[in-house]
Amino acid sequence: MGTAVTHAPATEVRAKDPEPRHGPGTPPRPAGLKRRGRRENLAGYLFMSPWIAGFLLLTAGPMAASLYFAFTDYNLFDAPRWIGLDNFSEMFGDPRWRHSVRVTLWYVVVGTPVKLLVALGVALLLAQKRRGQAFYRAAFYAPSLIGASVSVAIVWKAIFSDDAVVDRTQRVFGIDAGGWTGDPDLIIYSLVALTVWQFGAPMVIFLAGLKQVPRELYEAADVDGAGRLRQFWNITLPMISPVLFFNVLLETIHSFQIFSSAYIVGGGAGGNACGPADGSMVYTCYLYVQGFENSRMGLASAMAWMLLVAVALVTAVLFWSQKRWVHYEEGGR
Amino acid sequence: MTAQATDITRAPSAKGALRRRLPGSLAWHIGALALLAVILYPVVWVVGGSFKRSEDIVGSLDLFPADPIVSNYTSLTDGIADIPISTFFFNSLFLAVGSVIGILVSCSLTAYAFAKIRFAGRNLLFTLMIGTLLLPYHVLLIPQYVLFRNLDMINTYTPLLLGKYLATEAFFVFLMVQFMRNLPRELDEAARLDGCGHLRIYWSIVLPLCRPALITSAIFTFINAWNDFMGPLIYLNEPGKYTVSLGLKMFVDQEGLANYGGMIAMSLVALLPVLAFFLAFQRYLIDGMATSGLKG
Repeated sequence: MGTAVTHAPATEVRAKDPEPRHGPGTPPRPAGLKRRGRRENLAGYLFMSPWIAGFLLLTAGPMAASLYFAFTDYNLFDAPRWIGLDNFSEMFGDPRWRHSVRVTLWYVVVGTPVKLLVALGVALLLAQKRRGQAFYRAAFYAPSLIGASVSVAIVWKAIFSDDAVVDRTQRVFGIDAGGWTGDPDLIIYSLVALTVWQFGAPMVIFLAGLKQVPRELYEAADVDGAGRLRQFWNITLPMISPVLFFNVLLETIHSFQIFSSAYIVGGGAGGNACGPADGSMVYTCYLYVQGFENSRMGLASAMAWMLLVAVALVTAVLFWSQKRWVHYEEGGR
Repeated sequence: MTAQATDITRAPSAKGALRRRLPGSLAWHIGALALLAVILYPVVWVVGGSFKRSEDIVGSLDLFPADPIVSNYTSLTDGIADIPISTFFFNSLFLAVGSVIGILVSCSLTAYAFAKIRFAGRNLLFTLMIGTLLLPYHVLLIPQYVLFRNLDMINTYTPLLLGKYLATEAFFVFLMVQFMRNLPRELDEAARLDGCGHLRIYWSIVLPLCRPALITSAIFTFINAWNDFMGPLIYLNEPGKYTVSLGLKMFVDQEGLANYGGMIAMSLVALLPVLAFFLAFQRYLIDGMATSGLKG
């Protein structure tokens, strides 16, 4: 349920055989193969039984139910009533829904690249061999752990409000914009700042990737007289592209699902759930309002499925694009 | 034109001189520390703010007040809406520890099956498991709520814990599978020849060797459960059952403006367990995160 650190660290997110190493070293199977196979099947499914139960009860079943609800009028108290595509037409015609889509897209499009650039930049800085590297790595990582908490959202609201430190600092530079959290146009940037602040998780993954780049490549480039920038562009970036792909994928999917910070920084209660003039009304906030404050479970399910479709599309596009820019060691270019 | 040209020729030598005077490592440390100061500012701010008078917290730029007060902390002993703070902490602790036990048991069993047992349909199930890793939680939010409501489990901890015991957190399954795959095969093959069953291999060989992955999963689970806001927000509706996150939110809604100092102090106190875990186990967290996915 906590979406804080579901930051799977993998350089490869390609679903395949979890144990691909059945080379010639695999011992020949003993006789009585069939019985042994059946026993293995039984053992496998017994070990898997919690996951299978969870998958059916808490994932597959609910998804099917949600798909059904999306085409019904359902308020939790009366039985769901089939209304066809009405939820979807209502959704697309609702200016507040379109606003929440815009706010969320803006948040994703601004927040994710900035966060990843900062993460990569700091990772490059920390990849140099210096004393105290482990200390810096830990310190930069800390915000990723606490960033999802209500506490930090409260602190954020305070330091981005009128007359607080951010307001005062921008005034030093002659910008008189006031506090960000009280401004319908600026509040979303306080949320962007909050996600960028948590750059530590992707940074750690970048660092791990950077450590795997063979030194010899840089030495050879030095001999050839390639400059730092060129080395970064032609060696570092291609070599860490699987890690970059992984970070882009996970961070993008996560950004689409922002909820707690928007809900708390934006104020949260009553009709004005997310920010002044809906300034931080991100998609999931509106979903929460429709589902749990207005008891429109059918409509909220339709909204959830639109989110799923959007995330699936983005994932598909990213996986499709990885052929062009992600270099895997084996079989890669 | 000429000025520009000279500038360009002069630039590298000036830089070189600077570099000679200021060794690279010093510049590096100054840069890193400056960045650190910006990043950790909010954390220092909340520590300092918790000792300020309510009216000084937002307006005053001093990080620490000249005359620190502790009344923000002592006011917490009054509780929130007549519920003692310790109740929220106990509730959060119960959920967090319950989640850790569930994740360790269910995810390690599942991971063992994926990594060490050859059964029909394994690849299909593994693909499904990876798929759930990318599934937005919000699609499940409403139907799960309806399900638990029909089972009369609203305002209990069951909806918040059940998934942990049924290995629905695919991330930890994935992390453990990755770890188990890298264990030397000879160990469990030898055990099999000696007649050990899977349960025995799982318990006596694989689990002890997986300690780092288990510790990483346990800490992440604890912190996630402690920070979780949306789950408790939806499922709990009686303040006596609230977690720290919900209690804090209630504080903001009810007395936030009247007792700003108390709110800031409470925010910090709510963070302490996470910070303590981080300080104690940061190596496990960072290494677990960094290395588990990179194929060894």
